[in-house]
Amino acid sequence: MLEITQIIQQIAPDAQIETKQRLTITVRPDQLHPVIEALYRNETLRFDYLISLTGMDWGDRLGAIYQLSASVDLTQEVIVITSTADRDNPLLYSVTDLYGTAHLNEREIYALFGIRFINNPDMRRFLLNDQWKGFPFRKDYVHDPKLNPETVISSEIIDIAPRIMEKEGGELAEENVAVFGEEDYIVNIGPQHPSTHGVMHFRTSLDGEIVKKIDVHSGYIHRGIEKLCENMTYPQMLHLTDRLDYLSANINRHALCMCIEKGAEIEVPERAQYIRTIMDELQRISSHLLAWATHCNDLGATTAFIYGMREREHILDIFDKTCGGRLIINQNVVGGVMFDIYSDFQKDVKAFIPYMRKKLKEYDDFFSHNAIALGRMVRIGLLSREDAISYGVTGPAGRASGWSCDVRRYKPYALYDQVEFKEIVRTEGDSYARYLNRLDEIEESLHIIEQLIDNIPSGEVCAKVKPIIRIPAGQFFQSVETGKGEFGVFIESSGDKNPYRVKFRSPSLAAVSVIPLISKGAFLSDLIGITGSMDFVIPDIDR
Amino acid sequence: MLIYSQPLELTKLLAAIDNFLQGNLSPGWAILVKGILVGILLLATYALIALALIYIERKVAAFFQARLGPNRLGKYGVIQSLADMIKILIKEVIHINKADKLLFYAAPFFVIVASVLAFGALPFGINLHAIDFNIGVFYLLAVSSLGIIGILLAGWSSNNKYSMIGAMRSGAQFISYELSAGFSLMTIVVLSGSMQFSEIIEGQRYCWNLFNGHLPAMIAFVIYLISGHAETNRGPFDLPEAESELTAGYHTEYSGLQFGFFYLSEYLNMFIIAAVATTVFLGGWMPIQIKGLEAFNQAMWYIPSWAWFFGKAGLLMFLSLWVRWSFPRLRIDLLLNLEWKYLLPINLVNLLVMVLVVLSGFTLTDLFPVLFGK
Repeated sequence: MLEITQIIQQIAPDAQIETKQRLTITVRPDQLHPVIEALYRNETLRFDYLISLTGMDWGDRLGAIYQLSASVDLTQEVIVITSTADRDNPLLYSVTDLYGTAHLNEREIYALFGIRFINNPDMRRFLLNDQWKGFPFRKDYVHDPKLNPETVISSEIIDIAPRIMEKEGGELAEENVAVFGEEDYIVNIGPQHPSTHGVMHFRTSLDGEIVKKIDVHSGYIHRGIEKLCENMTYPQMLHLTDRLDYLSANINRHALCMCIEKGAEIEVPERAQYIRTIMDELQRISSHLLAWATHCNDLGATTAFIYGMREREHILDIFDKTCGGRLIINQNVVGGVMFDIYSDFQKDVKAFIPYMRKKLKEYDDFFSHNAIALGRMVRIGLLSREDAISYGVTGPAGRASGWSCDVRRYKPYALYDQVEFKEIVRTEGDSYARYLNRLDEIEESLHIIEQLIDNIPSGEVCAKVKPIIRIPAGQFFQSVETGKGEFGVFIESSGDKNPYRVKFRSPSLAAVSVIPLISKGAFLSDLIGITGSMDFVIPDIDR
Repeated sequence: MLIYSQPLELTKLLAAIDNFLQGNLSPGWAILVKGILVGILLLATYALIALALIYIERKVAAFFQARLGPNRLGKYGVIQSLADMIKILIKEVIHINKADKLLFYAAPFFVIVASVLAFGALPFGINLHAIDFNIGVFYLLAVSSLGIIGILLAGWSSNNKYSMIGAMRSGAQFISYELSAGFSLMTIVVLSGSMQFSEIIEGQRYCWNLFNGHLPAMIAFVIYLISGHAETNRGPFDLPEAESELTAGYHTEYSGLQFGFFYLSEYLNMFIIAAVATTVFLGGWMPIQIKGLEAFNQAMWYIPSWAWFFGKAGLLMFLSLWVRWSFPRLRIDLLLNLEWKYLLPINLVNLLVMVLVVLSGFTLTDLFPVLFGK
């Protein structure tokens, strides 16, 4: 870390460097790109993974927070902060040339904060439409429904992308480029489509059956959850994380709880930690089962879909008995869990483990070696390790590309440092590797549950927490491993009972951002298969 | 040859109707009335079989998928598909702006007419055969390939990109697999020496073509099942529909009765493929007969010929459902690879082998005339 500090001081002598929990570097906007590039190209430890890119409004200044990490060692993190005082035409330099995932994130920041990024090749708004007046995440945004009235008239999608490019001499040129060619045969995959798993919209240009280009168009269910959080107390926010990736609802909520607990320094009782870990793993199994099922369904195997649902039902029954919820279980609260486990919980879970193992064998016999299925998955949708890191594709998909990125291993939380489990990493990078990774991770999750289920200690399930929680001023980040990948919660607090800014790092957004890259040149049918193998959930993207 | 007692056959009933008409009407009118009656009967059977198949498919699929299937209407949900039919009949037909109206409305008729034409020429049992062409196999191949015109028209005229892609896939798929289906039927025509269904069935009295032509016939049978399955556009060959890719493919824009026509003809095509395979490979409506065992043969004849026919076809249809609900969908290039790189060359060689087998007298009937001879 000392070495990094020296490098930064060489490039940007007036950068403020703090070493609190993590190395935090505050730079002027014009130094941003050189500083990040130096970190990216740092020989000893390349900071080549952009965990999240958060737009900020500090009242007088608009800016962005870059959370960087090293793909070889996820425990290493650096925060780069930059801001500009120009609120009318804020401009920052883009880092899309270094990080693929920055592209959609910068477009999102443009839509929400109005900050435009120089050298981003396509600076349309993401999540919001072009007609939206104002920038809703700014603190001075006027919430007047008259400004942006609800309309039932559909507007045409304009395929002209504005952008600002820096020319040789350093002057900036505003340009407009066409997203698609005039002759392109464009098919809308979505927003109403059986295989986009929600209201996702891929504008796909086709050459016969071959995919030429994909334009990701999202935001149909953008609810502005991050903005809503700013007007809520911390316990109120909990319910919103469940509505992000609803298949990993409990794990998302775990992340937010831990982030608040970290800020407010609340100790969680050990029994609650056990319950949280077991519930997280059950949720992961159910998420992977659904991903497996829908992936098979996308490939045209409806029976496999029902099989996955059938096994998932057993987990939902356990959730149901524990706390009444099935999909969204409202189990985690700040300080512990809301409901204690029921008396037969251990018996039910222990009955489920051998049952699930038997069914995994059945999946293997029934589908994993089917000649047609292999033809549809092997060497399809190849994602290289470099691209996975650049686009921030984590979770089973990232690990299928040979990137060991399990948050449970690198930044263990709850009880993950006390249990023994294998991180499933494959190097093929194709749909089949992603498919197998999920099935293998189900087995690992069963193994984790097995180690914990008999040792749940007695005691309290929730620490005493004041009704109104205040977090001291500062920035807090907590990431967890959900079924889809690394989910992160970023809270900037001003010491109030409400957060100043909340940002959720979405694993699904990363998965979607890489789809145009890996589906290029694939068949239309394979595009559907690839989206199935990437396993994303739309509310997690739109937030 | 002994005459067996056939208590449940419809021969006597048909003869009685025939006599009644001949006795009361002039010959010209009698034939006209008979023609109309046969037409009505065929259409009714057509609808009935389709309804039954839809119900059976739903139940069988449910069985494969650990579900219950329809179980609300009637005992075990048996009248569910009847209710669905009524629903589809009274449903609004949605008119599509900017569609090619004439072709759009004509398309479902092509599909359904093609399947009715094929259906009409099937031998269902003794004397239950509307028309016995001397080129029956050829006729069947010809009319069943008319259906593709309807599908292409539907995709083209809907003015919808999904439909268009579906129709184009369908065209490529159908034309390819028509070749294999045709060649495998030709293999059997070589074996039985006739294109007439009644002669093909009679030739299989003691030995089905499937066994008579042993190896080449069995290869032809498997190829016919695969390509027939592909021709009906059902999973794993349902690329033209591919609901997870193209929403509903060529019939995306159709609603109400017009959609119903596509739906009906899909099920009927499945039946036709099974029926042709039954007739050509499995002895058609002919009961299982063993030369010399007269008591056994008589016992077999107590089961009427139409029951044999539907039983054999039912087995093949179950096979088709089994495949459909077990396999994922092929991709278009894999599909065409399968046909052009594997099935077609195998088929051509197989046809040659069959010719050699027949010429050199290596069929079972030639080798063991005592057991299987006519």
